[in-house]
Amino acid sequence: MELSGGEVLIQALKEEGVEFLFGYPGGAVLHIYDALYEQNSVKHILVRHEQGATHAADGYARATGKPGVVLVTSGPGATNAVTGIATAFMDSIPMVILSGQVQSRFIGSDAFQEVDCIGITRPCVKHNFLVDSLENFAETIKKAFHVATTGRPGPVVVDIPKDFTTPGITVPFEYPKSVNMRSYSPAEQGHPGQIRKAVDLILSAKRPMIYSGGGVVLGDAAEQLTQFTELLGYPITQTLMGLGAFPASNKQNLGMLGMHGTYEANMAMHDCDVLIAIGARFDDRVTGEIDSFCPDAKIVHVDVDPASISKNVTVDVPIVGNVSHVLEAMIALIRDTDKRADPADLAQWWATIKQWAGTNCLAYEKSPDLIKPQAVVESLWRATKGDAYITSDVGQHQMWAAQFYGFDKPRRWINSGGLGTMGFGLPAAIGVQLAFPDEIVACITGEASIQMCIQELSTCLQYGTPIKIINLNNRYMGMVRQWQEFNYDKRYSHSYMDALPDFVKLTESYGHVGMSIDNPADVDAAMDEAFAMKDRLVFLDFQTDQKENVYPMIEAGKGHHEMRLNPARELA
Amino acid sequence: MRRHVISVLMENESGALSRVAGLFSARGYNIESLTVAATHDPTLSRMTIVTIGTERVVEQIIKQLNKLVDVVRLTDLTEVQFIEREMMLVKVRALEHGREELKRLADIFRGSILDVTDSSYVIELTGDDHKLSAFLDAVGRDNIIEVVRSGATGIARGDKSLKP
Ligand SMILES: Cc1ncc(C[n+]2csc(CCOP(=O)(O)OP(=O)(O)O)c2C)c(N)n1
Ligand SMILES: [Mg+2]
Repeated sequence: MELSGGEVLIQALKEEGVEFLFGYPGGAVLHIYDALYEQNSVKHILVRHEQGATHAADGYARATGKPGVVLVTSGPGATNAVTGIATAFMDSIPMVILSGQVQSRFIGSDAFQEVDCIGITRPCVKHNFLVDSLENFAETIKKAFHVATTGRPGPVVVDIPKDFTTPGITVPFEYPKSVNMRSYSPAEQGHPGQIRKAVDLILSAKRPMIYSGGGVVLGDAAEQLTQFTELLGYPITQTLMGLGAFPASNKQNLGMLGMHGTYEANMAMHDCDVLIAIGARFDDRVTGEIDSFCPDAKIVHVDVDPASISKNVTVDVPIVGNVSHVLEAMIALIRDTDKRADPADLAQWWATIKQWAGTNCLAYEKSPDLIKPQAVVESLWRATKGDAYITSDVGQHQMWAAQFYGFDKPRRWINSGGLGTMGFGLPAAIGVQLAFPDEIVACITGEASIQMCIQELSTCLQYGTPIKIINLNNRYMGMVRQWQEFNYDKRYSHSYMDALPDFVKLTESYGHVGMSIDNPADVDAAMDEAFAMKDRLVFLDFQTDQKENVYPMIEAGKGHHEMRLNPARELA
Repeated sequence: MRRHVISVLMENESGALSRVAGLFSARGYNIESLTVAATHDPTLSRMTIVTIGTERVVEQIIKQLNKLVDVVRLTDLTEVQFIEREMMLVKVRALEHGREELKRLADIFRGSILDVTDSSYVIELTGDDHKLSAFLDAVGRDNIIEVVRSGATGIARGDKSLKP
């Protein structure tokens, strides 16, 4: 089969099983767009801003586990995509970003819409490729998908000079069946000796704690994690990225840990004697002050990326490998032995944890006049039976979503954890809804974040994605305001959201349904009304309590055992 | 803090060098020197990086380098017996009575004089870091007009090798 570069690309995407291509046209990719015309193997989703394309592809990838694919033009198309590429990179999301480039003979001449896309994206991709010939094009795409989806996943950019996609200039097409890269071979199985050592340590614990992260979600190891945790009967906590990999409703679950984690999870981290870290990377928002991190614990760390091990915290038993394989191996060893942690020790440990849990750290003050943001998330949980796909933006609303929407399944909680990108939520929800047209998708956002990619409401109309947008509108960059309240003597410098649009009218002008809710008594009914509109995008603009803060909180320089609790807990 | 000499075998592709340089600057690692050239296999480049860091940092450097998709293999030469060589060109002031003395010094250090004028020599010298520094000290800072050093290259002793 003789194909032009543009056709090679489409065929390659077909071979990779790509359903959606999130893109935006421009000069350098016009040949590719021509090849996209009147074909139906790949569905192109036209966004309204390249950042939206990257987040939508990212949301698709997070929800499905399959790589998200983006197509942008050279120059401004590529630079607009950078925020989304960095977002995916920080959370290890598999994506392939195809960017147009000026003709190869013009590279380096400051040609129209030329930027050094390879140079700009290098620090925020797993790898990138500049296509160097039409002959190598198919193989390069194959490699890009391979690198993006194996080992620790991540975004891969393929920069495509325009001359390699010219219609009429063809090569014989054959898509490689496999890739051979001598320089790239991610670890799969963990080292058996290390696994045995880890199991010995785990079974001799008196105060064990399991701490799991996004790696369990990415590695599709939720089932194994649940088996492992239930088999041991140990307490477990998850990072922001790991929520849902262990059911929130399981009684062994202590909830999220870290800066806005639960009191019991953080205290148990601090006091444990054996910490079992699985697919987590000891991020600074999770560890608190590193000098007081798990002072008494021996640490087992399972991760697919050797560079994550002993990066921030030195560990005792590192295991490099695919988390699901390692968990399976550990489960088999535990089943094979009668050795168990002393039940008396474990019972005492659980009793201590119950006491910590008794602080009821997530309790908040109820109000008859003001809508409490936490109550909105709880209402959303009821309206969706706890089974929706929830995307979010960045700020207080994100933390309340994480704290109050109990996720029982992996890949349901979709947020930008590592980079903390405001503007992520709405486009990400588009990707999720396209992947799962029959599922409920809601985006929990704030009035500041939603405005960063609001233009994608137009994309939602074009492709009929009936997302429900839950805007926790506190008229503040709430998270910024909270830090200013605590650390800057309530000097609320530039965190007030003045001159807000009328979100109802705005949504309506985009062809959707808008609702504004300011009475706490109306929250549940509004939810029900919105979710009854199964085919419509509904923007629910909740006017929430402006002064509400996210609790509990570990402030800067503090350890897990020094949380600041909600002063209003008693009033709850 | 210790000096480490890391030898890296990588795909000889455009951009490979900037990935390494970018890694060091992005993560704030120190680079004392970095040399790179193609090997007898033209698809592979060999790079020698000299860095100074704590064990912990150097362990991270090695892991992060290994993580680069273009890196085929690498080794910390300072963990084994190894040979280190660097080439240096020095332009020195060579006047009247000093000329003989400089010639003698160059001989002692097994250097060779590549260029001669009325007032200067260009001396070529090969050796490890210590030897090159010792030569510069012997010449005296005041007499040095210009110094160019290639950066260290290294290879393990014995029959072990860094192969793809
Ligand atoms: C692109 C970007 N710019 C700035 C920030 C810093 N930032 C973090 S939270 C926040 C405020 C978010 O306000 P809003 O969306 O209203 O959420 P709220 O905290 O009020 O719930 C800001 C500005 C960011 N995370 N991302
Ligand atoms: Mg706000």
